[in-house]
Formats: sequence, structure tokens, C-alpha cells
Amino acid sequence: MGVKLVNITKVFPDPHHPGREVVAVRKVSIDVKEGEFVTFLGPSGCGKTTTLRIISGFEYPTEGEVWISGKLVNNDPPNKRDTSMVFQSYAIFPHLSVSQNIGFGLELKGLPKETIRAETERIMSVMNLTNLANRRPDQLSGGQQQRVALARAIINKPSVLLFDEPLSNLDAKLREQMRLEIRKIQRTFGITSIYVTHDQGEAMTVSDRIVVMNEGNIMQIGTPFEIYSRPLNRFVADFIGRVNFFEGTVTTVKEQGISVRFTHGVERDVDSCSRDFRPGEQVLVVVRPESLKLFSKGSDSKSTGSTVNKDSEGVSSKTGQAFLEGRIDKVVYLGSVCEYEIETGSEKPVLAVTHNPIEEGFFQPGDFVGIDFTPISAHALPQNG
Amino acid sequence: MVPSRGSRWAREIRFLLGDPLLFIVVFFVLASLIVFILYPLVRVVATSFETPKGFGFTVFLEVLKSKYLLQGFWNSIMMSTLTAIGGSFIGYLFAYTLSRTDIPFKKLFHVIAIIPVVSPPFIGAMSIIMLFGNNGLITYSLLGINNYPIYGFRGLLFAQMITFFPIAYITLRGVLESISPTLEDAALDLGGSRWQVFRKVTLPLSIPGIASAMLVLFIETMADFGNPLILAGSQFPILSVQAYLQITGMFDLPTGSALAILLLVPSVTAYILQKYWVSRKQYITITGKPTTSVIKSVHPMAKWILFGLCLSVALLVLLVYLTILWGAFANVWGTDNTLTLKHFQYVFGVGFRAVLDTLTISGISTPLSGILGMVVAFLVVRKQFPGKHFMEFTSMLSFAVPGTVIGIGYILAFNSPPLVLTGTLAILLLNFIYRYIPVGIQSGIAILRQIDPAIEEAAIDLGADAKKTFFRVTLPLMVPAFFSGLIFAFVRAMTAISAAIFLVSSHWNLMTVQIMSQVESGRLGAASAFSVILVGLILLAIFVIRGILLYRYGRLGGKLLNI
Repeated sequence: MGVKLVNITKVFPDPHHPGREVVAVRKVSIDVKEGEFVTFLGPSGCGKTTTLRIISGFEYPTEGEVWISGKLVNNDPPNKRDTSMVFQSYAIFPHLSVSQNIGFGLELKGLPKETIRAETERIMSVMNLTNLANRRPDQLSGGQQQRVALARAIINKPSVLLFDEPLSNLDAKLREQMRLEIRKIQRTFGITSIYVTHDQGEAMTVSDRIVVMNEGNIMQIGTPFEIYSRPLNRFVADFIGRVNFFEGTVTTVKEQGISVRFTHGVERDVDSCSRDFRPGEQVLVVVRPESLKLFSKGSDSKSTGSTVNKDSEGVSSKTGQAFLEGRIDKVVYLGSVCEYEIETGSEKPVLAVTHNPIEEGFFQPGDFVGIDFTPISAHALPQNG
Repeated sequence: MVPSRGSRWAREIRFLLGDPLLFIVVFFVLASLIVFILYPLVRVVATSFETPKGFGFTVFLEVLKSKYLLQGFWNSIMMSTLTAIGGSFIGYLFAYTLSRTDIPFKKLFHVIAIIPVVSPPFIGAMSIIMLFGNNGLITYSLLGINNYPIYGFRGLLFAQMITFFPIAYITLRGVLESISPTLEDAALDLGGSRWQVFRKVTLPLSIPGIASAMLVLFIETMADFGNPLILAGSQFPILSVQAYLQITGMFDLPTGSALAILLLVPSVTAYILQKYWVSRKQYITITGKPTTSVIKSVHPMAKWILFGLCLSVALLVLLVYLTILWGAFANVWGTDNTLTLKHFQYVFGVGFRAVLDTLTISGISTPLSGILGMVVAFLVVRKQFPGKHFMEFTSMLSFAVPGTVIGIGYILAFNSPPLVLTGTLAILLLNFIYRYIPVGIQSGIAILRQIDPAIEEAAIDLGADAKKTFFRVTLPLMVPAFFSGLIFAFVRAMTAISAAIFLVSSHWNLMTVQIMSQVESGRLGAASAFSVILVGLILLAIFVIRGILLYRYGRLGGKLLNI
């Protein structure tokens, strides 16, 4: 059951150029399984909110089909659809108390007062809202409003719960706490959920699957692991987290992965590919900063204090030669990790992250380092993809 | 799903037909706006081109040839321009002083500046006659001057500035309060002197607001009828009075209509400038969290100079109103100032019909006008339908059209079949309802823009249909705005004169019209007593509505009624 979108396209009149049109969503198809938590992730204007509003019924698709629980709902208005939305602004009714807000949906269904009261109380106790029952919305903190909005949405027992950037108005700490809470509640009630955000941390935390969108198109659908470690194209690789791209040519195709000769002459194995490649093809190899191994090659500034334990840490190179060498340009010490920008003579500096700096030690600006990676942490994309 | 790539019109019409309730409401609102706002105006235009030999420009040529009538046009333009400049200046002075300094008695200054808004607009003129006229308190009793020439340009300009500067004050106070004080702090911090901060930051940011206030004052002064009727005199003709005299004195409908057109064109031009040009240039400088700033951008010396200037204006306003109050109790103004209640006896005796009529007409028309205004505001802000811009423009047009023009339009339009309404209660009610809907629309639009559409969407999402969403969510949220709009509409209805004076009859009369005729026959005591009762009734109504709102909505209601 769940939600199925088939070739959804939405065209709006261009607000800046009267008479012209903008395609907000282009041929979007996805099958969300029952009980699944799917997140639409993308930069602002990528069409993710429009897609959500098409599912809720606040926008009608120009083309395509929306199926909810096995029923074609294209022409159903929002009040006839079995969906409940948690709005970005929470949209709590300012003239009603917390319990009245939460019970609003049941009241509309015409349920008896007793049932409404019992059900409201049950939800409020699950959501830790019981002692706020009689508060007015303007007396609530952001996190409390957020919980009221969520309680109001789930009390209706909808087939689908929709979230429109629900945490963007909260401060960072609360945001991290609430996203775990949302995930917990969604699991408790087992409601199919579709979530829209531009925050990748949020998407990674809550989702079973992530849909990455850009300029109205779906760029990739996959689990958080697939999206981060096995991106399908340059956009996804670049949009999620930080990344290093290395260009090269396929030399041999192996049973598992390929071998690539990089533009600076060094050859390395790459275990994972976004599609099948043939020898001679141009590829872009993606390596995340935390997958790069650094080892010391000496220093031009006689660095004081900290040092790196061994110069052989994690290095594996067939020729005994490092994949790349460079000079540490910037160091950002963040406590749990240490981030580096390394000058290697190419256009962009190489990004690297080392963990547990207190034990492993860390480099200083000016240190010369060797850089390498293991085949399993590298992923190849077509160069013009 | 049908791809909706067709024209927007086709799509909107299809949508409208799919929602019968919306269709019916839109249809009736549009139809009534056409009949009760546009049609009378069309009749004025048509009549002004009427000649014995059919359609032609004869009437306009006659008007242009008449030195006297043409003089009225130029006098009106000049008077309105000067009032706009002077009134906005005083308004800005008040607004700046009250929003940017910590002078004492701020609240009192505010109340004094508001008094002229909630009282009949011709009180200024009455008071000036009582102070500086033939039997004037100052000219005759104090200085012993006989026949001081207060009638004409000087007296009228003074009256208009006193009457209309509060409107500029309200507008500009809003503008100044929306300029974030952090901008001034930033300019000071960057090393600007206080004068530089004012000249380079505060003033430039308030220019669009000042322009807007000037245009509104221009429109109001062009349309004003009461003050010039009392004060202009024959040496200084004013257009609105001339149009009235053409129609009621000489029964010359075509000439009266032609003068009305001359009155209409500058007003509507100013209105369009205000609405479509100046209002687009407003700056928005408060974003995110509200900023509190200690007032420090005004030098102490400057502060006391500003205080002195505001004090003198406030004293003048007080003088005007205290004069009326005294006049209501004085035996014979100027000659025998012993106190008496005989004027009030007159008002509660012979004049009481007018009091009841005024209350009836205002009491019925303002709620109706308010509801209609809310409906139009809701349609305009939240719905898509063909004719939306037409609906918004027409319904707001009443604000720009001088009452005199509307009054003439109504007697032309509803004096013959199919709708014969002259002399009835209906014509007065209809006139008031459609004349004051902009007040309701404005407050309705303002509150709807503040209500996040997501709140209505949330209701729909939870299963409410359009009707339930409107009655359960939107309407309860609009109620406070409805009441605050109601107050202004009620004040305007109670103090209306320019259109109503054409529509009153022996059956239905108004206090304002009574006051005018008392002034014209020199019975200043009775006129003053009427005015005191009128202002008293308005204040009473404000307190009652305010009380209901405070009781019902707590702080929120009080905030919305901050007048």
C-alpha cells in the first residue's frame, strides 16, 4: 500500500515572467512502502516541497498519478485524503488551546466528546504534553509547538504522515533531539511517513530511504548508506557531505570493481562503481575526507608539540608510493575530529579528516603528508554524469 | 488529470464552477459593487455630458468659461496641496517626537492627536468661527476686533490642517515604528552625528511614508465638504461646495455633475499614485526578532524643542475642542457666556429625531459594511477567481471618490426606475455600507496577511471542508479585526456629511446635517451641543466595543484596538 507517485510533473506560471512557465517537478516516480520513512532531500527550489504538497492535495499535479493506500487520489481535495501534515510553521490554531488543537481532527469527524477527550489525553501523554493541555499556543516554546503539531497530525491515525521541514525553526540542539523523537514516534505508530528537508544530517538520521532532488528531478533514491557512500552522480556526491573527486581512466575491469589510472599517473583499485565501465572510459572517483589516510613525509617548519605516531599508518600502496603528496594548508581542530585542507598542486585542495586526534596526534600547517585510500572506500562515477 | 496548460482565465472559471458556494458569493459581491459603486459614478459622468441637444461637451465648456467655477477648482487643488504638505509636516513632527524621544505626557499627546479623527471633520471650522469670527472669543471679546476676516483662505487652511494632520500622524507613526531602531544605532555607531543619522537614515526611510500620507491628506481635503461650507465664504469658493450648491440651490444637475468630475479626477489620480506607486516603495526594515533599543538618537536640546512644538499644536487642538464644549453650554456665544443647558434641551427635544436616525443608520450600516468588507478581504487574499482585481479596485474606490461625487451619483442613479430609493432609509444605508467597506477590507486584508495560510491548510488537511475551515478557523481569527474595522467605520458613518447631505430627507435626517444647518443659521450653541453629543456617542461606542474585545480576547483584542 503506502504511497505511489507515477510520473508526477508540476508546471507553475513563472511569477517573474508573466506568460512563461516553470517546471517545479519533472516526471517524479517513487513507491513508498507501508510503514516506510522516506525523506525528500535537496537544495531550496528543487521541488521537494511541491512534491509533498501534491501528495497532501494542496497542489494538483499537471501530469501524473498520485496513489495513496492503493487508491488513485488525483482529484481528491486535501480534506478527503488520508494524510496528515506537520507544517514548517506548525500552523497551530492560535485561538484554540493545546488540547483543542490536538482534538480538532477528531472533532471534525464528529466523534463523541468522550472519545475525543480520551484519545487526546492518550496522545498527549505519549507526547509528553499532558501538563500543557490548557495552554494557549503563544505560551509554548518552539519544541512544544512542534510536538503539538505532531500530536495533532497523528491523532487522526492517517495512512500517511507528511512533514514539511518540521524542524527548521528550532535551534540546533533541539533539532537533533526532535529528529530522534520523530523517528521514535513514527516507529511506535508504524505510520508511512514522507519527510521534506534540506538538512542532510536530519535526512540521514530519520530515513529508511532518501530521495535526493535537484531542479525538479530525482537524482537518486536510496538508503542513507547508498546516498552517502555509493552516489549515482556528481550532484549527489557533492550535495551530501564533503567530498574529494579524482579524475582518471579505467585500465582494467575486474570481478569486483575496476582499476583506474589517475591523471597524475598513479594507478589504484576502486571497488565500487555507479554503473558498469569499459576499459578506456573516463571516470570520476569519489573518496570521502574521512576515508583518506594521511602519513607524515616530514615538515618544513619543524613542527612543535604534536606529532603523528607512525609514518606508516594505514598505508597500502602497491608501489610503496603514496597516491598523492601534499602540504597541510589549513587545520581545523574540532575535538573529536581534525579537518585538513591539503595543497597538492591541483586546482582544489584535498579534504581529509582524522579521528581521535588526542591519541593519533595531528598535523600542523606546513607539514608534508602522503595521502592514500583503500579500494573499498572509493567509488567511481562516469565523468560526465 | 487534465493538464491545466490552458489560459489562466479558463482554469479559474472552471475552478469557480466547481465550487458553487464561492461562485454565488463572488457573483453577488461583484454585482452589488457594480450597482452601488460603479453605476452611480457612471451616471455622474453621463449626466455631465448631457445637453439639451443630446450628448456633448457644452456643460464642461460652460464650466471652463465661468471664472467663478474655475476658481473653485484651483482653490481646491491649492488648499489640498497646502494641507497635504502642512498636515504631513505636523503629523511627522508628532510621529517622530512620540516614537523617537522620551518626552513626558506621550500618552496624552497621542490621545489629543487622535481626537480629530473620532469627531466630525467640520468641528475645526465651527470652532474657528467661534474663536475668530464676528462674535469670536479671541477677536471680539478679547481683542475687541469687529469683523475679523477669518472666512476664506487663512481660516480654512488652519481648520484643514487641524482636522487632517492626525491622519498623517497615524500613518507616519506606523512608518516610523516600522523603521528598526537598530538602523539608527548602527548609523550612530559608525560615527554619524544625531542630525546626520536623522537626515541620512531616518528621513530617507520615511520618505515613502510621507509621500503616502501627503496623498491621503490631499484626497481627504479635496473631498472635504463641512469645513469649506462653513469657512470658505463667497470670496474663496471651493469645488465640493460649489457642486453641492449647483445641485441643491440651482437644481442644475449637469453642471453639478461636471464639477463632481473635476473633483473626482485629481482625487482618483492621487489615489492611484498612492496605491500603485508609493505603497510599493515602502521599506521593510524589521526582520526576524523584534529589536528593543533605548531611545538615544535625539539630542536633549532637540528633544525639548520638539516637545515645545508638539505642545503648541496639542494646545491648539485642545482649544478647538474646549471651545465647542464651552459653546454647548454658553447662553449666547460671544455676547452672553453664562452657562445654560438650553442647547441640550433643544437637542433632546426637537433635535432628537436626528440623533435616533443617525444611530439607526450607523448602527445598521456599519456591521453590514464590516461583514461585506471581511468577505471581500477573504476573497481577495485567499481565493483565485476571474474579476478579482476588479473586485479589489472597485471596493477600495470608495475611499478615493469624494463624498460629494458619490452623493450626486446616488441621487442621479436611484431617483428613477428600476431602483427608486430617494428619501428612503435604504438609500442612506446602501450609501454608508458601500462607502465604508474599504475600512473593513483594509483591516481584513491586514489580518489575513498575518494569518499563515498553513493554518487554514492544517484545518483542511485534518478533514475540514471549505465552509468548516472558514467558520471554525478563519472567521474566529478575523473577529478582532472585524471589530476594530467596525469602530472606524462607525466613526466615519456617524460623522459623514458630504455624500449624506444629498440623501437626507424629512423622514430620515442626520446629526451632522443638523449641525451644518444650525451653523448656517448662526445657532452656534445648538450646533455645539449636537457636536458634543455626537462625539460623546462615538466615544461611548468605542469604549463598548473595546470592552467587549478586551473581555473576549484579552490582550490581543486590546492590541488590535490601539487607537
